[in-house]
Parts: sequence; structure tokens; C-alpha cells
Amino acid sequence: MTTDLSAPVVSKTSKSTTTAGRGKRPRPPFGVSAISLIAVLIALFSLIPLGYVAYMTAATGWNTAVGLIFRPRVGELLLNTVMLVVFTVPICLVLGVGGAWLVERTKLRGHRWWAVALAAPLAIPAFVNSYSWVSAVPSLQGIWSGVLIATLSYFPLVYIPAAATLGRLDPAIEQSAASLGLGPWAVFFRVVLPQLRIAMTGGGLLVSLHLLAEYGAFAMIRFDTFTTAIMTQFQSTFNGTAGNMLASVLVFFCLILLLVEVRSRGSARYARVGSGAQAKPIRLPLRHYQIPSQLALLALTVLAFGLPIWFVLRWVFAGGARVWSADEFLPALLQTLAYGTVGAAATIVVGFPMAYLAVRHPSWFSKMLELSNYITSSLPGIVVGLAFVTVSIRMVPGIYQTSGVLIAAYVLLFLPRALVNIRSGLAQAPKELDEAAQSLGKTPLASFLKVTLRLTAPAAAGGAALVFLAIVNELTATLLLSPNGTHTLATEFWSKSSEIDYSGAAPYALLMILLSAPMTYLLFQQSKKVAGQ
Amino acid sequence: MTEQSPSRLPAPRVAASVAPTTNTHLDIAEVTKNFGSQAVLKGVNLSVAKGGTTAIVGPSGSGKTTLLRLIAGFEHPATGSISLNGTTVAGNGVWLPAHKRHVGYVAQDGALFPHLTVGQNIAFGLDSSALDGGRRAVKTRVQELLEMVSLDADMAKRRPHQLSGGQQQRVALARALAREPELMLLDEPFSALDAGLRVATRRAVAKVLNEAGVTTILVTHDQAEALSFADQVAIMRGGKLAQIGNPFVVYTRPADRATAEFLGDAVILNAWMEGSLATCSLGGIPVRRPPAQGLVQLMLRPEQIRIAPDGPIRGVVVDTDYFGPETTVRIKLAPRVAAAGASLAYPGGGEIITIRHWNASITKPGTELCLRVVGEGVAFPVED
Repeated sequence: MTTDLSAPVVSKTSKSTTTAGRGKRPRPPFGVSAISLIAVLIALFSLIPLGYVAYMTAATGWNTAVGLIFRPRVGELLLNTVMLVVFTVPICLVLGVGGAWLVERTKLRGHRWWAVALAAPLAIPAFVNSYSWVSAVPSLQGIWSGVLIATLSYFPLVYIPAAATLGRLDPAIEQSAASLGLGPWAVFFRVVLPQLRIAMTGGGLLVSLHLLAEYGAFAMIRFDTFTTAIMTQFQSTFNGTAGNMLASVLVFFCLILLLVEVRSRGSARYARVGSGAQAKPIRLPLRHYQIPSQLALLALTVLAFGLPIWFVLRWVFAGGARVWSADEFLPALLQTLAYGTVGAAATIVVGFPMAYLAVRHPSWFSKMLELSNYITSSLPGIVVGLAFVTVSIRMVPGIYQTSGVLIAAYVLLFLPRALVNIRSGLAQAPKELDEAAQSLGKTPLASFLKVTLRLTAPAAAGGAALVFLAIVNELTATLLLSPNGTHTLATEFWSKSSEIDYSGAAPYALLMILLSAPMTYLLFQQSKKVAGQ
Repeated sequence: MTEQSPSRLPAPRVAASVAPTTNTHLDIAEVTKNFGSQAVLKGVNLSVAKGGTTAIVGPSGSGKTTLLRLIAGFEHPATGSISLNGTTVAGNGVWLPAHKRHVGYVAQDGALFPHLTVGQNIAFGLDSSALDGGRRAVKTRVQELLEMVSLDADMAKRRPHQLSGGQQQRVALARALAREPELMLLDEPFSALDAGLRVATRRAVAKVLNEAGVTTILVTHDQAEALSFADQVAIMRGGKLAQIGNPFVVYTRPADRATAEFLGDAVILNAWMEGSLATCSLGGIPVRRPPAQGLVQLMLRPEQIRIAPDGPIRGVVVDTDYFGPETTVRIKLAPRVAAAGASLAYPGGGEIITIRHWNASITKPGTELCLRVVGEGVAFPVED
């Protein structure tokens, strides 16, 4: 190589070279094509319930469908369901946001304890809550009872994201508003509340979807919704057209709610803008509101958590040793643990390709794949259950009422819980780390296993725990799809309480609560992390 | 220059127009790369000598990081080829994945594995079963590498988040050096560090790489960093290499006006070229290899224009910016006056130029100054 100082020049010519691995064709990045294919298959699989509803509606014929949908019974169910949503969601929003504000933004005494206490009711399945309230007030029934139980069961779904968001809001924004002349209340309504929009719309949607999907809680107080009516139809006519049409209306209702949530979420940016360390939130003194605030939170916690626990324990003690029969109790516990573990593992495995595509190769394609699953998982368990019953009987009779079908239904219902966690974990393992490992001589597979998978594992485990919790408490799809002889904690609880054997049902309720408690705490902690990202 | 004795400036080693010899370590030929419909690299040619240090510098989006990723094996070129030590590793139907290229890579933020300790990070690429002495040999190697990058042995037990930014980059370098790569790629490794730490880390890294005799390619958008770090600088713009040469050459004789302005402050004046003399408001300036005769653009570096009481050029201070060690002075040039009976081919005057001076007190706005030009200028054809 020579030097030429006199004139700037641009590089050089080629030369003869040997080749490394001649004949090998350039390949796309590690496994992306394979992962995309798997994700497409999963997305297609997750569209089975929607396809089922569309097919059944079309197969029923226009005139029959119209006749089955536009009738007084559907109108009655629609009115019940709409009223339930219209009354419950705003109350949950007020309780959830109000509680979150007290806990996160005021000098509430014992705010750390209250922060956990307000999330605790989530550990109690709604149907266990209903069972406790029926034990306390046997005459409970109708819309207002439904609103009461639904509110006490589901307000933490608003409280948890609202508290997480409030804890992370940049106080500098509130300080700026105050410096512009706004008082504390004006700051709350004009600055803080708008920033809770995503938490409120998301929480409101979750409450609404739970209201549409819940079966046990409303069946116990004899309050008819679409889901209870579909289950009744299924039990009486197995796979009748009337039940399918109710499912179509229910799915339509769900899709409307999803659309409303997307529209009301808006496109404004809520993440913190700017650099530098964020100050701690400012806590307002409560002064003479301290005692009323403490009493209000105490009342809410007692009604939502204390009362159910009290009655469950009361029935447990009332039943004595008889209710702890190992012959009944142990199989239910073991089968629940088995379904929970296998279902959680399967959900994580299925969720990984989708999360990987979404994080590492984001595109409209990966968004569509994710969307297909989010829609399906928003559908009530009863619709997913009916879809799997129909599809398995008509297309693959051999798998009907097998554990595999039930696990597949769990996967579809609870995949978003895994996806959120895996995505968060993958975000902790940027592809630069993978590349660094490869530049250090590791094969793409070794890099993936030693770096990406290792860094994603804790978040994936968190997701698995949440799916496990959901499976333990799942009742509707399990009632429809479980193989003969299957006894889970939820189905055994339901079976006993349906026979008015409240003492016999109590140990199952207690165990579900005990299993749910740590998972609820995990969910609470995780929501705070997610809000900070 | 040989692999065993990698020396530094001033001798520029790479002449791009010359065919590579066996001393060439990396050879990039006509490489292109597209992302969708966007052409990011548009036919890049580059040779890097064994043991040399090359800085690829260019503005954001010019394609320099993409080029580095192609060399590392993280991306496939659309066309063209890349050869290491005379062996094609990409292009012409050949593809050697990153883990088989034996190329070290240090990312912008170090990309240390957060779940591993510093020692485990450094040992990540080492195969204890392949080393004599097994795990003990790995431990020894980790200690050697920590010492090489001037970090205490105790650091081996720490986690990446317990290190400062500069320490993290040193660990990333040690990790990359552990496998004794023949080529080291540095992707803006100092850009996340604050100014003081950046200079210290850059010096430390350069020293380590120099002592190890590793061929190095640094990608940066910081021209000062490129000029001070490398013995070959490649300026990248719009997916192409605009110029390659040693730092002194590319700074003092840039290939075009854009390169001149990217590499540092430049005084650009219209001038009249006759032979090898460019006449402008600063007088007659010698130009080596003028690209054209007649009207041209003349480039001088601010430090070539000195304040001198007996200087032939006059101007008035417009304003100043005080930076401590030096003051940037903007001066409006006066028209040149011809001697009695003579006429000027190009009188000029009225342009505002920027120079640098150490003494802020003599450069108050409105002060009349005399100037002198030192050295040669560079002429560019007048742009349409």
C-alpha cells in the first residue's frame, strides 16, 4: 500500500480472495421466518372462537338469526347487561381512582398498607365473593346485588393501574400547573385526571369485559346476563342455536367495548417528556379529611375483602374436619395445580414467538398478529368454550373433552397476561446483547439461550404466575370443556355451592384465595414497573 | 507498517487508489445495502491495513453504523463483498455468520450482559475446555484483561450497573479482546460518556488496542474524535465514502466543500484561480492541484488566518465568542487595494470570515485588524 498525500482519493480496487463457506446462501436473521410462521399459526388458531361465532351466525340463516336475536328475552338480557355495565363501571372508576389518589398522592396514614389492601380483593374470585354475600344476605338478588358484588370484586382492576400511573406521574407538571395559578382541586381535575386517561379507559374496559364474561357470581344471585343465559341454554339444549345467537350478540357487545376503549384512549402522549431525574410525587396533607378517608377505605376493604374472608372462614370452621376429606379435596387441588402449571407453561411457550416478533421485529404484521389474540382473549370464556366444544365435536371428535382442548382454551383466554410480561422481559434483552454474544463466538441459538432467554426468564415467570392464577380461578370454560371426572378447585367449589353445601365449598374457596394472594401482590408490583417504562 | 509494530501518525498508510496487498486486513468492495426501498449504502469500497486504526466518520444517517454491522456479520449486504484476511465472508454467494468471523465488537453503550458479573462478562466468549488450565486459565485471563484496561481485579465481582459509563466501556473492550480478535469494531463507544471521561476513555482504549496490535475500525459522528483516534479517516456521506486518508490530509485537503465543513470550521471564499494561485479577499493563496481555473471556491481553516500587525489584509471585528482557551472572532474583510497604476483581477472584500485567537482583549467588536494567511488553500469548483 502506498501513500499519496497530494490528492484526496476515494478507495480502491478489489483483489483475488478465498471464500469462507462458499456456496452457503445468505440467510435471514436467526429463525425469524420460522418464528413468523409459528406466530401466524397461533394467530389463526386464536381466531377460532371469532370464526365459530361468524360461522354459526351465517349457518343459522338470516331469518332465524333475526328471530332469535330480536325477541323479548334477548332485550331483557341486553337491558340487564347494559345496566350492569353502566352502573358498575363508573362506580369502579370512582372507587379505583379515588383510592389510588388517596394512597399515592395524599399524606394518608399507613398509605403503604392501604396500597396493598385495596388491591387485595382481586385475590377473591367474583363467584367466591358472591357466595360470601349470599351467605351474609341470603335474599340477595337482582341488578343492585349484581352491581354491589361486581363493584367490590372488580374495582381493583381500575385501582391498580391508576395507582401505578399516579405513582409515576412527574410532579413537575403539577408544580407547573400550580405556578400558573391552579388550586389543588383544579390541578387534580385539569392536570392529573387527564393523565390517568389510559389507566381509566383500560381499567374500565377490563371491568366491562369481566362483567360480560362472569358466570358464577351472577348465577349465584340469580341475576341473568348473556353469559348466564348462554350457560343455561347450553346445559338444557347442549349446542342449541338460541345459545349460539346469544353468544353472537355477546361477542358483538365485546367488540363494541373494545372499539370504545380504543377511541376514548386518544392519541395524546402520556409518557414523561424530557431528561433528568424525576422528583418524588408531592403528597397533599389531608388534615381534617384524614379520619373520614381512613374510615372510607376501611369500609371498602371490609366489604370487598374482610366480609368474604370472614364468611369463608366461618363456613370452614362450621364444616369442621368433615369438609377436609382428602378423597375429594386432594384430587381437586392436584388437578388444579396440574392444569395451572401446564396451562401457564403452554401459554408462555405460545406467547414467546408473538412477543419476540413484536419487540424485535415490530411491523404492521406483528401488530395484526397481536391484535388477533387480544380480540379473542377479550371474549368471554363461555364463547371460547362453546367454540372449542363445537369445533372439536364437528371436526376432531377424538379431542372433545380432553385436557388438551381445555389447555388450548386457557392459552387463548390468558395469552395477553403472558404477552405483556414476555414483552417487558424482551425489552430488557435488546438485540445488541444478542449481537454482542455472537461477536464473542456464540452461535445464534447459544446467544438466544444464554442471553435473551435468560434475561426474559424472570418476566416470563411472572407472566406464568399470573396465567396460573387465572386458570386456578377459571370456572366457565372449565365447566364446558373439562374431561369427565375432572375436579378443579373452582368446579368443586361451584358444585358444592350449587348444592347449597356452603361448608363443603368453603375449603375450596379458601385455597383459591390463598393461591391467588401472592399472585395478586405480584400483579400489583408488576403494574408499578410497567407504568414506569 | 507491520502487524507486529503498529505505529501511529504521521505516515498515512492507505492509498485508496492502490490495489490492496497482503497487508490488507479488511477489504470491502462495492457494498450496497437497502432497508426496504431506502438505499443506505450505495457502493462502498474500503481497505484497512493490518494493525491499523480507521475511523469512519459521518453525520447521522450516513450509513456508517450499517457498514460496521455488515463487517461484524449482523447484516447481509445487498450486493458487493466483504473479505477478512483475503477470505470472503459476505457477498458472492458466501455468508459467514457473526460468531464465526472472529471480529470483536463494542457497542455504543457497551452492551454488557446485566445478569452476569464483570468477570463473567469478560469470560463469556472464552471456552474453558479449550484453554490449557481450564477454569483457572479463564480466571487468569480475566485478570489480565482487567489489568490491560486499567481496572482493578476486584471489579470482576461487580455487576455492570455498579460501574461508571467509562468503566463499562472498558469492560466491554476487555470482553471483546478476550478472544484475541484480529479486527475490532467500535460503534460510537464514547458517545454516551461526558466530555472529560470521553477523552480519558478514548486514550485508554486507543492505548490498549495499539499495544494489542489489533486492527480497529471506529465509527463516530465526532470529527475531532475520528481525527485524534485513527491513522486513517473515512468520511461517509449519503451512503458513500466521500474521502479516505490520514487525518492530516482529510482535514487540510478535504475532497469537497461538504467534507471540509463537516470536519471542522472552514473559511470559504470566492477566488480567482490562475495557475496555482487563488486570488481572493485574503490576497493570493497558493493552491496545490487546483481543480479548475477562473472562478473557484477557496477553503482555508480558521487557524491558517493569523492576526499580524504587519499583515497585508485588513478587516474589522464584527463580534466574538469567548471560549476560555480561545476566542472565535468574526471579521468583515476590507476590499483589497491595488498598487498605484496596477489593477486587481479579483478585489473581493466585504465577506465575513471566522478565525480563532487566544487573546480576547484585542478582539473587541469594531477593532480594525491586520491579517496574514499561513499555508496553502484548497480550491473547489464553484457549485451550481
